[in-house]
Amino acid sequence: MSQPQHRDHAGATLGMWLFLFTELILFGGLFLLYAVYLARYPHEFSVGGKELNVVFGAGNTIVLLTSSLLAAMAVTAVQRGQQRATAILLGGTIFCALLFLGIKYVEWSAKIGHNIYPGSIRLRTGPPGESVFFSLYYLTTGLHGLHVLIGGTLLAFVTVRVQQGKIDSTNYSWLENGALYWHLVDLIWIFIFPLYYLIL
Amino acid sequence: MSLPDNSRTDISSFWNDTGKTGIAAWIFSTDHKRIGLLYFYSVLGFFLTAVGLGLLLRIELMAPGRTIMGPQTYNALFTVHGVIMIFLFIIPGFPGAFGNLIMPLQIGARDVAFPRLNLFSWWLYMIGAAIILTALFTGSGPPDTGWTFYVPFSSRTGTNVSLAVFGVFIVGFSSILTGVNFVTTIHRLRAEGMTWRRLPLFVWSLYATAWVQILATPILGITLVLVIAERALGTGLFDPGRGGDPLMFQHLFWIYSHPAVYIMILPAMGVISEIIPVFSRKPVFGYKMIAFSSLAIAAAGSLVWGHHMYTSGMSDTAILVFSFLTFVVAIPSAIKVFNWVATLYKGSISLEAPMIFALSFILLFSIGGLTGLILGAAATDIHVHDTQFVVGHFHYTIFGGSGFAFFGAMHYWLPKFYGRKYAEKPALIAWGLMFVGFNITYFSMMVLGMKGMPRRYYDYLPEFAPLNLASTIGSWLLAAGLLLLMVNLFRGLFRGEPFTGNPWGGATLEWSTTTPPPTENFEEEPVVTHGPYDFKGTGIP
Repeated sequence: MSQPQHRDHAGATLGMWLFLFTELILFGGLFLLYAVYLARYPHEFSVGGKELNVVFGAGNTIVLLTSSLLAAMAVTAVQRGQQRATAILLGGTIFCALLFLGIKYVEWSAKIGHNIYPGSIRLRTGPPGESVFFSLYYLTTGLHGLHVLIGGTLLAFVTVRVQQGKIDSTNYSWLENGALYWHLVDLIWIFIFPLYYLIL
Repeated sequence: MSLPDNSRTDISSFWNDTGKTGIAAWIFSTDHKRIGLLYFYSVLGFFLTAVGLGLLLRIELMAPGRTIMGPQTYNALFTVHGVIMIFLFIIPGFPGAFGNLIMPLQIGARDVAFPRLNLFSWWLYMIGAAIILTALFTGSGPPDTGWTFYVPFSSRTGTNVSLAVFGVFIVGFSSILTGVNFVTTIHRLRAEGMTWRRLPLFVWSLYATAWVQILATPILGITLVLVIAERALGTGLFDPGRGGDPLMFQHLFWIYSHPAVYIMILPAMGVISEIIPVFSRKPVFGYKMIAFSSLAIAAAGSLVWGHHMYTSGMSDTAILVFSFLTFVVAIPSAIKVFNWVATLYKGSISLEAPMIFALSFILLFSIGGLTGLILGAAATDIHVHDTQFVVGHFHYTIFGGSGFAFFGAMHYWLPKFYGRKYAEKPALIAWGLMFVGFNITYFSMMVLGMKGMPRRYYDYLPEFAPLNLASTIGSWLLAAGLLLLMVNLFRGLFRGEPFTGNPWGGATLEWSTTTPPPTENFEEEPVVTHGPYDFKGTGIP
């Protein structure tokens, strides 16, 4: 068989896509619960949804879409052999990730300040559907936030390797897979945003 | 692990061809064969532990009333027995041990697609296992929920459920990574000429299994996260008092856990599809249908989870649909059984240990499968739901099926990696003891269930006493057979007769390389020119 250090770029990408399916299905469980409980408590969900701040949600959507664009541009840059541009674009993506988490922090703090969190007195004594809505909201956005953190860390690791020259135009599977993961984080948010902030 | 005393030192084998020494040569090795053996000994250790727990459960049930333990201990023991058997033995068992050992060899590859990820999977598995074991001995006692972790009990019990659930989550992640690795390997690393139609049936079954691991396990992941959140944060999503619905937990849990039984049985069927043609000296009957039925079982099996919930309060329509789909799964399973039997017809059958285990698989799995239809039909299920009948049924499929296939695979393939072989006669005696013991143990349970004895109770009415005593005595026969099997097999692997060349006469690629295989599997890149069961074309008499 070929050289001992053979690289299978297509194989690495296939593996990453398979892994991304598993991530989608992980969130699928929460979306399933959302669908069932929305059908059971349409009124409470609508009341809960109106409490969420569309400005924060829309702002975060713009931040994430921008970050995804920067990640895609980084992949193009590395294919063209522009190492410096790649690192800068990745830096931009990571900055957006941090900005997203910052906005999320402010948003959650405000909610918790209003005595809305799983097991809070307000939710314990309020209508059951609202407790379900906000529990789902915290779990879904929390799990998504965790993925933002993981994706950002992964991209930081990739950036270091780009600067060390270990990732270049001949070998960029790590960068491409990191970017794919980042697009997944973005994609999931594209579903979370309308379901929680817009349609209710 | 010591090196087997291999007289054929002239040929480099994966046992001695490594830069590292001692334990590091194993636990940091990325060689699929070494990882396979790591998995093998890990799962075997957990299997034997859980067998011990099972024997204790049977001793408690030997006579009515308290025999050796109280109800709380009994609850903890059946939970731990189930969690270890399911999550630490049979789910990682086939893909982790024999999938790793055999699959790359059978497709003519040097290793899996992601060797480091493969090692990482084993580490995750061991970390998850360590967390589960920690949960047993710390906190306020081992979990007592049953391996199913049903809410609302699992969200309220004071025992150490959260930690155990987190361990299972980690093990699930390991299972996902193995699945991703295997699908990629089978797509990308087949040798020249190894077309999809020449893929050995064991590889086909692993391929179907890997897809189930990829598509179903994440649902278990999120369900377990929700249980932990329920306990730690008080999210109340499954708490009816707070608007939640416990039934949603059952749906999410079985969306994974029913397909998971196909992770347990599909590779076992693959092993049988390898052993039967080799020991009948006949090309397998209906190759395409066996390969297709693996995929069909994986697909249809993903849609039948509701048959665990007929008595939980689903709508009648849902029960009808799930019942219908359950019967659909029986079709591809039966296709396999008929094809195996047709392969035997007019074959030149040699009854050596692997074949004996394969043949008993067909019988025991058929009993397990047919009793599964009794449970799959809503009307009869209501009568036997949550009785010992269920326990008997799933032991017939998972132990009599997957377990016996695992023992068959041990006798068939392990000599290939050690270059030495077990003794035939003790192996057959061990099989006989196990076969008789198995049927006494679990058939008694099915009869008890039909008579109305519920599962998961440490005590029972006096009229159930005789059959329970029989079942317990059967479990001792089973354990004696298992002990003899292990002693004979491992004595043989380290000190037995030399095993070289292709003594079984298999036509798949693993038999074309030296024994034990070299580190990179083949001295020269294999080019495949014949099918996996084309004995004539391969020149095997």
